[in-house]
Amino acid sequence: MADRYQQLVNTPIGKIVSKQIGLPAPVPLKRYEPGQPVIEGRVLFAAGPGATLAPAIARTLAAVEAEVSTPLQEEARQAAADAGVEAGIFNPEVAGEEDRFQALVFDASGIVDTSSLYEAYAFFHPTIRRVRANGRVIVLGRVPDQLEDPERAVAQRALEGLTRSIGKEVRRGSTSQLVYVADGAEGQIESTLRFFLSPKSAYVSGQVVRIGAAVAQWDGIDWERPLTGKVALVTGASRGIGESIAEVLARDGAHVVGVDVPAQERELESVTGRLGGSALTVDITDHDAPERIASHLLEHHGGVDVVVHNAGVTRDKTLGRMNEDHWRMVIDINLRAPHRIDRELFSRQAVRDNGRVVCVSSISGIAGNAGQTNYSTSKAGIIGMVQAYSGPLAARQCTLNAVAPGFIETQMTAAMPVATREAGRRMNSLQQGGLPVDVAETIAWFASPASAGVNGNVTRVCGQSLIGA
Amino acid sequence: MNSSRRVAVLGGIRIPFARQNGPYAQASNQDMLTATLDALTDKFGLHGEVLGEVAAGAVLKHSRDFNLTRECVLGSKLGPETPAYDVQQACGTGLETTITVGSKVALGQIEAGIAGGVDTTSDAPLAVNEDLREILLEAYRAKSNVQRVKALAKIRPQQLVPEIPRNAEPRTGLSMGEHTAIMAKDWGIGRAEQDELAVESHHKLAAAYDTGWLDDLVMPYLGQERDQNLRVDTSLEKMAKLKPVFGGEEGTMTAGNSTPLSDGASAVLISSDEWATERGIPVQAHLVDAQTAGVDYVHRREGLLMAPAYAVPRLLARHNLTLQDFDFYEIHEAFAAQVLCTLRAWEDPVFCQERLGLDEPLGSIDRAKLNVHGGSIAAGHPFAATGGRIVATLAKELHEKGTGRGLISICAAGGMGVTAIMEAA
Repeated sequence: MADRYQQLVNTPIGKIVSKQIGLPAPVPLKRYEPGQPVIEGRVLFAAGPGATLAPAIARTLAAVEAEVSTPLQEEARQAAADAGVEAGIFNPEVAGEEDRFQALVFDASGIVDTSSLYEAYAFFHPTIRRVRANGRVIVLGRVPDQLEDPERAVAQRALEGLTRSIGKEVRRGSTSQLVYVADGAEGQIESTLRFFLSPKSAYVSGQVVRIGAAVAQWDGIDWERPLTGKVALVTGASRGIGESIAEVLARDGAHVVGVDVPAQERELESVTGRLGGSALTVDITDHDAPERIASHLLEHHGGVDVVVHNAGVTRDKTLGRMNEDHWRMVIDINLRAPHRIDRELFSRQAVRDNGRVVCVSSISGIAGNAGQTNYSTSKAGIIGMVQAYSGPLAARQCTLNAVAPGFIETQMTAAMPVATREAGRRMNSLQQGGLPVDVAETIAWFASPASAGVNGNVTRVCGQSLIGA
Repeated sequence: MNSSRRVAVLGGIRIPFARQNGPYAQASNQDMLTATLDALTDKFGLHGEVLGEVAAGAVLKHSRDFNLTRECVLGSKLGPETPAYDVQQACGTGLETTITVGSKVALGQIEAGIAGGVDTTSDAPLAVNEDLREILLEAYRAKSNVQRVKALAKIRPQQLVPEIPRNAEPRTGLSMGEHTAIMAKDWGIGRAEQDELAVESHHKLAAAYDTGWLDDLVMPYLGQERDQNLRVDTSLEKMAKLKPVFGGEEGTMTAGNSTPLSDGASAVLISSDEWATERGIPVQAHLVDAQTAGVDYVHRREGLLMAPAYAVPRLLARHNLTLQDFDFYEIHEAFAAQVLCTLRAWEDPVFCQERLGLDEPLGSIDRAKLNVHGGSIAAGHPFAATGGRIVATLAKELHEKGTGRGLISICAAGGMGVTAIMEAA
């Protein structure tokens, strides 16, 4: 599982050699430890003329006690002042070499036409090379398809090309995101901004997230333990990514109900026991599995707040050589089971208000993959689920989102042939594989009660993989 | 203060300011201040007059000048019974003397007095080396010749190097220019805007001389008729060629947009309205109020020269005025960057809300009303003499306009600011 190449190029000699001959030089990604501030190091916060998200952004920066500077922009200065942020001033004209930033946060909501896209150039041109290692670039705009003015919609949509390219340029463990905020949803950006600023989003880059109206009221959140008092169901929780999801949700305060097949009972109980949760052994493809899961949750916990459909399998073969069992098995576990479980939970009103359903898709579901027709079909189906059900579920005060992991270092990838594994690891902007915890942190962001405005998103955890981009 | 009287500013005079080691290299503080007091005496016919007091001071002062102002009065044409004393508040000295004399007039303690200041960076006091001083004092205290010789035997050649006064803050070791370079960077002040302010300062002062506006404010001295530092034909192009002197190679502050070390003196006549009327001297303006402030630059909580940015809002609040309610702004140009930092701070919501506790920024000023007859960058800045130059200039500006209000803002070493409001009489 260890990425020996990364270890090697980060030795003093390895750094010199890799630089000389132009090898990929993956920077060790900084990951979150409990008790850490959301962001360590100065944040440069910009808001061009007419920007409307600045007050909400500034309030988040104040809440996370970030060190902040702004360019000489009225919107940014006023927003900082109103939020009580003692922001310094950054003027690239007089800035020294030492003026560097851990994050660049740009409110692009004031960009109303294609000519004012220049505002983005004007801000990033003198600042992009001032981003420190493990840095963050976050651009916030308005949801293009909700804008009445087509020219404004064009300009806002154009930002995607900017942030995705920045993600490919920044290097050194830094990431770039675009957050589209619906009109009136300004109050819902904090959980997302915190996630993208923090090391929790270490392996998420080049993503576009949409924030809309909250599906339910929430307030008074403990950001260190946002899931306190919540019950979270995690399928496939006995190992790998599922185990990590259970750990992170428990860390955030949730009581985790782990689900896995009977054959994994001991491993599952070891995980849930360690986390103070509970174990439920059931094969999710059994015809009575949804009913058993719903009954268990209602009887023991009076319901559930977070449902994570993580259980999944691969049975790889090219389509012509694939037997029917392998097709059925993968579709049943990866797609039909989540669908059936959700239907049961909602029909029995087992999911409490401000509930969360998070599915695990895959970049194979986005890009397709030779030898994985069954898997890719199931994972694309998950995306279909998000698209089809996130609207209806919002009416039931619940969000539905999915993560789409790329190359995550697990036992499964450790067993891959060296060449395939190396290609998978390096073919992304961060030039390394992700860790199960990266997927888990992304799910925890969706799961937070403060993410009530984050609905219908498919967020890739892939280091901005070239595949399916 | 309800029972206080109005404080009349009758006018002032100064000698042209000279650059360090220029035409006044041989002139002492006492020479320059005495000459200036005599010029003021001539201007207002005060020969032999006994005034309430003369308050003046110098920032760089010889130990023998412990009673500098009184010695100058005794050597002047004023009545020798006129008491005097020295004030020192760094670059704020000249305005502080005006405030002090004015306050005594307001309280009825005196009817009239002179406020002033003088400084020489050429005839600077040199002190013996600190080690040498200790040895000499030890020798002086010795009870026997043997002890005395023993003490004196400790003298080493390097101890003969004198202590030269430094333009540095004792608590940070940074020069005022270096401190201001930090401020300029913190406030994002660019080179071009500093140069622009400096060029304007020169052009406005040149115009003031050319039109004769300064004729009754400046008395020729030692062959110098105009401020030596004035560059009549300076331009943005010429300014742009200068190398930075503070803030490293990337710095924005040059000799052109900073004030040079200078020599000079100024004095202002202040009285009650009644005293002026009795003598038939027209009142040019009234000193309405003043405010000083200090900032903690030592712990980097604020920039060294930002104190006026705090003093002015307190003045405004006391008089229910906005920053825009003025016809003239006389802001001491210690450095162009200092002026620009101050103006930017007043425009900045973060500074005004977080540091000043205001609901909204004080806002911008009409730059056409700023230092309309030139500022310190063009005239030079003999530390203690700048306040008198500015008070006299503003009094005349208000007198000519006949109505209106002027604001004075002077930053000072040690993280201080001295500010005042004057109104046309």
